[in-house]
Amino acid sequence: MSNNSKYLIFLGCAVPYRVSAYEISARKVLAKLGVELVEMPEFNCCGLPLDPVSHEMMLVLASRNLAVAEKTGLNILTLCPGCAGTLKKVTKILKDDKALREKINAQLKESGLEFKGTVVTKHIMQVLMEDVGVDNIKKSVVKPLTMLKVAEHVGCHLLRPKEYIGFDNPEDPQTLKKLIEATGATCLDYIDETECCGAPSVGVSDKVALQLARDKLNHVKMVDAQALITICAFCHIMFDTNELRIEKMFNEAYGIPILHYPQLLGLALGMKPDELAFNELRVDTSKLLKQINEGAN
Amino acid sequence: MTENVAASSNKEPIRASEFDPKFKYELIKMHGGEGLLKCYQCGTCTSDCPVARFSDDYRPRTIIRMAQLGLKDRILKSGTLWLCAACFTCTDRCPQDVEVASVIRVLRNLAAENGCVPQVFKDQACSILESGYAYKIPDLRIKKRESMGLPPLPKGNPEAIRKSLKGVNFMRYIEKKSERNE
Ligand code: SF4
Ligand code: SF4
Repeated sequence: MSNNSKYLIFLGCAVPYRVSAYEISARKVLAKLGVELVEMPEFNCCGLPLDPVSHEMMLVLASRNLAVAEKTGLNILTLCPGCAGTLKKVTKILKDDKALREKINAQLKESGLEFKGTVVTKHIMQVLMEDVGVDNIKKSVVKPLTMLKVAEHVGCHLLRPKEYIGFDNPEDPQTLKKLIEATGATCLDYIDETECCGAPSVGVSDKVALQLARDKLNHVKMVDAQALITICAFCHIMFDTNELRIEKMFNEAYGIPILHYPQLLGLALGMKPDELAFNELRVDTSKLLKQINEGAN
Repeated sequence: MTENVAASSNKEPIRASEFDPKFKYELIKMHGGEGLLKCYQCGTCTSDCPVARFSDDYRPRTIIRMAQLGLKDRILKSGTLWLCAACFTCTDRCPQDVEVASVIRVLRNLAAENGCVPQVFKDQACSILESGYAYKIPDLRIKKRESMGLPPLPKGNPEAIRKSLKGVNFMRYIEKKSERNE
């Protein structure tokens, strides 16, 4: 299937550092659905991690990427919601504020770059929704996952602040739900679905961070979800890497596999767990995969 | 749940000399701080803040009030400022459009300018200057990409990044650190 969409892929820092399963599965499903990816000619961190200490530095780092992308004439697709949010926000800020734009452009000029504001940034979830579309995804599904009941965690930076993200409803988001249901799986509602996973508090207060993640896992368990589906590198690390730790620390038992959405979609598109890097996941997925296989027979 | 003052060390009585009456005007001039004066202390931000739920010290409403009152040193030296997860729930739900999370970011920026920078930020900034990436991605991982069928990672351009960041205030913390490393 082809829908002629072509994007620069903006990997960000966390994905290549720690979450290759997300990248592998995302590239596979996007290729299958006709979204062509081109690598960034040059890259630096989007700037978000430094925003707390220097808004100015964040603006320069983000606009460098936008200016590099402008030269290629392509729009940006990101895997990380933080990168998408930052690039979107900075585009809007600099387009609206001429004085600031001139100041930043004076900084960029030194390395032959200029921000004009022509690039559109979309997170993979938005591309799947808007460019590919739920109907096309449904048509491409060869192994409907009708035996699955899962829960979703969209993550803060795909939703808020609504003024800059301007996509989906931050209080009752539907996009990821629709994308999950396109695979044939049921997506369950649970308490505080839009709440933070806790990842940004890691390192500042692990106690707060882990309690936030625990709260979410409790709510997901309450509705008997067979898996939790994320679409963010940080949210995934927060749940998948820490689930066992949280179980030990708070004397809980979850056993909830945490899947990147493209992994779930990939299965429905007929790809094998190995191709989708299931082996990179920390929480055991063997029971889930068995349920899928038996259900599909 | 009672509303605490931002940090335990901040529970001491406030002396009149601690107030900086012009602090709020400094903040509303900064990008993101514009809405500070509109806060009428309703408490929506704190009641919806996920961090406040699990922390005894962190209360966004209190931080906003302290900023309005001009308790500059107390806020900027308070470790709790760094607890905000930047989830933007407060920003979206504040009935007064205060952009709470951005005000907190402005305060953190000021704390950083006053020398209070948690190590993790210095490390990430240094890494960005060296490679473009916020983390030092191990060589092994870069090599492994190929065996996993992934294309090579796009390269950063440290020289160009440095040029673009010339004159940015925060650079002085990193420059110091990289000198030390050399
Ligand atoms: S929600 Fe807004 S108006 Fe209410 S206390 Fe918080 S900042 Fe002030
Ligand atoms: S952005 Fe910070 S202060 Fe606001 S609700 Fe989230 S964690 Fe709390």
